[in-house]
Amino acid sequence: MRIFANFILKEIYHITRDWRSLLVLICIPVIQLFLFGYAIRTELNNAEIGIIDRSKDYITQEITNKIISSGYFELSAYIENEKQIEHLFKNGTVKEIIIFEPDFAKKLEKEGKASVMLIADASNPNIATLVTSYTSSIIRTYQLELNMKSIKANTIIIPEVKMLFNPELKSVYMFVPGLIALILMLVSALMTSIAITREKEMGSMEVLLVSPLKPQMIIIGKVVPYVVISFFNSMSVLALSILIFHIPFEGSYILFIFESLLFIITALALGILISTIAKSQLAAMMISLGGLLMPTVLLSGFIYPVENMPLVLQWLSYLIPAKWFLIILKGIMLKGLGIEHLWKETLILTGMAIFYLAVSTRKLKIRLE
Amino acid sequence: MNNNKKVIEVSDLTRKFGKFTAVDSISFDVKEGEIFGFLGANGAGKTTAIKMLIGLLSPTSGKATVAGYDVYNQSEQIKKSIGYMSQKFSLYEDLTIAENISFYAGIYGLTDEQINDKTDLLLKKLDLENSRNELIKSLPLGWKQKLAFSVAIIHDPSIAFLDEPTGGVDPITRRQFWNLIYEAAENKRTIFVTTHYMDEAEYCDRVSIMVDGRIEALDSPANLKSKYDSATMNDVFIQLARKNQVKE
Repeated sequence: MRIFANFILKEIYHITRDWRSLLVLICIPVIQLFLFGYAIRTELNNAEIGIIDRSKDYITQEITNKIISSGYFELSAYIENEKQIEHLFKNGTVKEIIIFEPDFAKKLEKEGKASVMLIADASNPNIATLVTSYTSSIIRTYQLELNMKSIKANTIIIPEVKMLFNPELKSVYMFVPGLIALILMLVSALMTSIAITREKEMGSMEVLLVSPLKPQMIIIGKVVPYVVISFFNSMSVLALSILIFHIPFEGSYILFIFESLLFIITALALGILISTIAKSQLAAMMISLGGLLMPTVLLSGFIYPVENMPLVLQWLSYLIPAKWFLIILKGIMLKGLGIEHLWKETLILTGMAIFYLAVSTRKLKIRLE
Repeated sequence: MNNNKKVIEVSDLTRKFGKFTAVDSISFDVKEGEIFGFLGANGAGKTTAIKMLIGLLSPTSGKATVAGYDVYNQSEQIKKSIGYMSQKFSLYEDLTIAENISFYAGIYGLTDEQINDKTDLLLKKLDLENSRNELIKSLPLGWKQKLAFSVAIIHDPSIAFLDEPTGGVDPITRRQFWNLIYEAAENKRTIFVTTHYMDEAEYCDRVSIMVDGRIEALDSPANLKSKYDSATMNDVFIQLARKNQVKE
């Protein structure tokens, strides 16, 4: 144990001597949080819209009012001539145009249905999806209201748009869990794979292996400091998100910590695996970035929803530990789910951790002989 | 050298990598307290052989014992009785001199008290007392090598394996380095050293010369020189290497 403590001390010297890297390691998560939180926003604020109202009755008027008073939209113009549509989009004056069909109210009363067309500028697909889904949800709410009214004529219903789990559709809510996964992956896998290959590259690994230190002990010794750092990072990101971005945390902190540790172990095992393959620090870095970080960003559902991907990529995403971790984190943080709902994902993640640990220790043994 | 106790015994030791035979059925003994030179050109199989002896590589066939322990299944005991200085690595650049010493002493299980004593002694011997808290990277290469050697034997191993310890060092520092080796070889400590500087071979009690995975000659430098009718070990080596090329 004393010998092991001695080894950890050496690792701590390595890390603290290189204080610039340490600073980067600790600051990057915070910077990323602010970048994702403030710069990359996908929620709407006063998006400009145009309306073509061919009906001009009380219902279309009410819907228009609802949309404008929602705070997400700002009415740029009532358009009379359809030929203007293209022009307005090309200028970028509006993000969306809403067209009510003629005799909207009448059709609704007689046939029970009337249609409204939403046209969005899909050159920015994210915003297009957002504006249309906001608008349709406002209209749907109004429709519900109408239905209620027809049963109980005198009740006043306060319009309420409710988006489950992310009521304000704040993108930062979606980013924080992804960011935690990304940071844990970055620090645990990338940093450990680099730290281990550095010993190999310098030749000091040989000297360590000739000493009475057990190979497992060398690896654990190299890994422990990074577990501590990545754990600290995920906690600081979480704390900042709660304090600054007021992200809700509905679930259990203990479960959160447990699942984070599980994910850290998986990431570390991957890092060790990479270090057994890579011959140099540079190679370790390239493999970590290309093989771990890219998939974590692209395929985990962190930024792009997995459901919209081609089937092949969806299958591929099942192999990404971060995908499952993300489901778990969102479940805990935004929905307040407990282990009884997340056991399946937890089981998958545990399986992955065990699998990668087994493979990497096996590879490690082969290499050391 | 009146001691005949053998501390390293090797017979027919072979290591193959696929179809390539890096070490081809070598046999030799090293006696206690001896400075044993393990010579050969680059790629002759020196490092592979040394790795099998210190337990980093398992042999394909043959037998070998180090300090009385079998290399196949007693490598843990071997590790405790040997010191090793690798050609590639000297010390951790981003740690101070004192930290490096206490790290290596620590992983060999020395107590804090022992570490402190050893550190003081060592720094005094190498005249580095004032640089105690300087980073290794600020030291010149020669000093690093000397320090690395002293660190490699800090736990008083009975055998020290030195793999090209003087690579890239100037002749004066190499001379100083060999003084350290002589000093370490007192008290019956065995030194097993590889080198490709043939002038250093003269400093050894006995040398073996490896060519293409085989040991072509093994004797004291004086005997070898008279056997091959050469003035220097360099000539002996060139003759052996050439003979081998002609054979092919």
